[in-house]
Amino acid sequence: MDYEAVIGLEIHAQLLTASKLFCGCSTRFGDPPNHNTCPICLGMPGVLPVLNRKAVEFALRMAVALHCRTNPFCRFARKNYFYPDLPKGYQISQYELPLAEGGYIDIEVDQTKKRIGITRVHLEEDAGKLLHEGLTESDSKSYIDFNRCGIPLIEIVSEPEIRTSEEAYEYLTQLKTILQYLEICSGNMEEGSLRCDANISIRPAGSSEFMTKTELKNMNTFRGVQRALDYEIKRQAEVVEKGGAIERETRLWDASQQVTIPMRGKEEEHDYRYFPEPDLVPLVTDESWVEEVAHTLPELPTAKRDRFIREYEIPKYDAEILTQSSPLADYYEQCVGYCHNSKAASNWIMVEILRKLKEDNIDIEQCPLSPRALAELISLIDKGTISGKIAKEVFEDMYQSQRSASEIVQEKGLVQITDQEEIRRVVSQVVESNPKQLEQYRRGQTRVFGFFMGQVMKATQGKANPQLVNKILKEILDSS
Amino acid sequence: MAITIKEVEYIARLANLEFSPEEKERFTHQLSQIIDYMGQLQQLDTEGVEPTSHIIPVSNVFREDRVRPSLPREESIKNAPDKGEGFVKVPKFLET
Ligand SMILES: [Zn+2]
Repeated sequence: MDYEAVIGLEIHAQLLTASKLFCGCSTRFGDPPNHNTCPICLGMPGVLPVLNRKAVEFALRMAVALHCRTNPFCRFARKNYFYPDLPKGYQISQYELPLAEGGYIDIEVDQTKKRIGITRVHLEEDAGKLLHEGLTESDSKSYIDFNRCGIPLIEIVSEPEIRTSEEAYEYLTQLKTILQYLEICSGNMEEGSLRCDANISIRPAGSSEFMTKTELKNMNTFRGVQRALDYEIKRQAEVVEKGGAIERETRLWDASQQVTIPMRGKEEEHDYRYFPEPDLVPLVTDESWVEEVAHTLPELPTAKRDRFIREYEIPKYDAEILTQSSPLADYYEQCVGYCHNSKAASNWIMVEILRKLKEDNIDIEQCPLSPRALAELISLIDKGTISGKIAKEVFEDMYQSQRSASEIVQEKGLVQITDQEEIRRVVSQVVESNPKQLEQYRRGQTRVFGFFMGQVMKATQGKANPQLVNKILKEILDSS
Repeated sequence: MAITIKEVEYIARLANLEFSPEEKERFTHQLSQIIDYMGQLQQLDTEGVEPTSHIIPVSNVFREDRVRPSLPREESIKNAPDKGEGFVKVPKFLET
């Protein structure tokens, strides 16, 4: 039988505030353990949490970007459970009346557009970090670092409208890009600043029933999410095919074995006994605040991509790559601003710059070549000063030495030879010193044209203007 | 009696607490009294009354996003019964 999957994703994104959600402790990553804690985030009796305004603003940005309707009146709730990473015994989260509800993201898989609904976006605090390995008594003890405790998170819950692992991957990628464009989350899954859990069930294709679902956790990369879902779809189908029943359970993705395994040991009851957080007053996000946020929202990835296609007349494929990150898109636009050749700028960035960045494992922000420097190189080609081939060589040099294109071209004497007389002289010489090939050409073996072309370029160290060489070579060969 | 001993045991488990049989007995009785009283309140007509989570008409109390000094680590983990290498230690448990 054919099955289709019903997938909902729950994403937690750490907000890039300087201080925690309810106290002034630093959110810095990588500090020594338990360095950034205070009575509030440790849950000492009698303390009062006070809400970080910036965290609310960041969450609102996401809510607006996802086309959600914000709840003008919302409140915080306590989610009660016992776990060693939660010193208070409850997490301050939102339950009824979350910050925002009912939004969507448009994704595209195999040229088909699809809208995935967003159920809700709410604010909550992170828990501490548990270390089970690598410390003196790790064989008998688990270690707790509370630095992460109280760092602001937004939880973004999708509707169960995702049907394939590719759609899930696309949804997640889009969400990450939006978070990064909004500058509210680093989007780094490996470091845990973006986390993704999935709910998944399968059903006969075309059915509208909802079957028993499993919850997947511990997926630490974007591809990991996709692979875990693929595995789980196959596993559930096999269970059903054998006449078995899917158990409602939490399963962990084991990246080393590429399987999902049932989570054991933490069979705690999911009875969170939510109730309104008495220590925090309601949060009122009135229309003017939401409007202000909407006004200051940057251009989002999809809008930018569409504008690039329209304004710069580049293919959709190019526009998609160039708008993958906001700094990369800025780099491109600046470069075009200087060289006025949008297609060439796109090619150079997509092929050469991105290759270099990948080799050096750095981001566009750390690129040693400024958009202006790259634009100068492109202009030198456009003006005919250097050939495209020489430009590649100049590019390598520029990238290493950070000198300007014209400086390198001058110093190395790479200026393209466009002097027809000089080219004619070289061509004649090449033709004369290769009588055998000339004979072949005369007998109609025009393939040797390429050989002559190569010899001329070699004799001029690639500096001769190829169009001129082509023209002159043809003239000379045909009249010889 | 609105509450059974099973429910007291369940709540105790959620709260990570252990009780003696006598305590369970006592709490069953006491919690039942509280629940019974809630039952009495429930009889009131609250039609048209908004549920109240806060009684003072205050909203939007914020702090600016500024880092303030945290506790010295010795202080923050001082009360932990077991600690080492800057961490709080608990008996080993694994998520898998
Ligand atoms: Zn704190």
